[in-house]
Amino acid sequence: MNWGSLNEFIAMGGYGYFVWGSYGVAALCIALEIWTLRK
Amino acid sequence: MDLFRFAAPQAFFPLAGKMIPWFSVLAGALALAGLYVAFFVAPTDFQQGEAYRIIFIHVPAAWMSMFLYVVMACWAGLGLALNTRLSGMMASAIAPTGALFTFIALWSGALWGRPTWGAYWVWDARLTSELVLLFLYFGFIALKSAIPDPVRADRAGAILALVGVVNVPIIYFSVQWWNTLHQGSSVNLTRAPSMAATMLLGMLLMALAAWMYSIATALARVRSIILERERDAEWVRMTKQQMQAAA
Repeated sequence: MNWGSLNEFIAMGGYGYFVWGSYGVAALCIALEIWTLRK
Repeated sequence: MDLFRFAAPQAFFPLAGKMIPWFSVLAGALALAGLYVAFFVAPTDFQQGEAYRIIFIHVPAAWMSMFLYVVMACWAGLGLALNTRLSGMMASAIAPTGALFTFIALWSGALWGRPTWGAYWVWDARLTSELVLLFLYFGFIALKSAIPDPVRADRAGAILALVGVVNVPIIYFSVQWWNTLHQGSSVNLTRAPSMAATMLLGMLLMALAAWMYSIATALARVRSIILERERDAEWVRMTKQQMQAAA
């Protein structure tokens, strides 16, 4: 286990903006594609 | 069993419908396992700290972006050579997912470059050739939708896809051919991977999830393309009536 608390997990050792920025936009793109395919 | 039977859109349509749930479930399960390994099992990198965790989305997306282009070009080339109806539809079905993974690779790369190189973007050979790949996908989609006759659109698109395939080895070998800021590959077939086993496991799980996802989306998209292109066929009208009755 790498993280002591939820805050530590979100902070990503100070790189939270970059890590979550990558995963967030990727998740958003995938969600958008699935949504357009379901229509 | 005669597998070539499924080259006919009418036979492939129900088969694709049956396969989609399987590949979707596999994609979801593999992505969950991959994310678990990526965030809770893989250790912190001694040089990059936690920023390196971007690797688990960046590398699978970049692999997929190149691989899907080759698959798309194969289908397009097959359609061009043999005039098989489904081939052009498969190429069209793959293109948007390929463009999506190319964008994710570029985006996550930019957000990785900023903390490690100090810049979101540089005109490095690897980055530039990956950007060219995105434009090739866009060009392929735009060209096909600009030509109303599907047979001519398939043919023109196939030529663009086949010419563009030359870019894929350029992307792959760019880190060897030129002195790039982008690092060389950490994983390849000729030597042991230069990373911790758990990091590699997370990356491979995410890559497999991306494969399953791509198959599921391509099948879902090819189904709607079949319905649109074969709309004058009797079986499509029957199928549409059944789908409306079920919904």
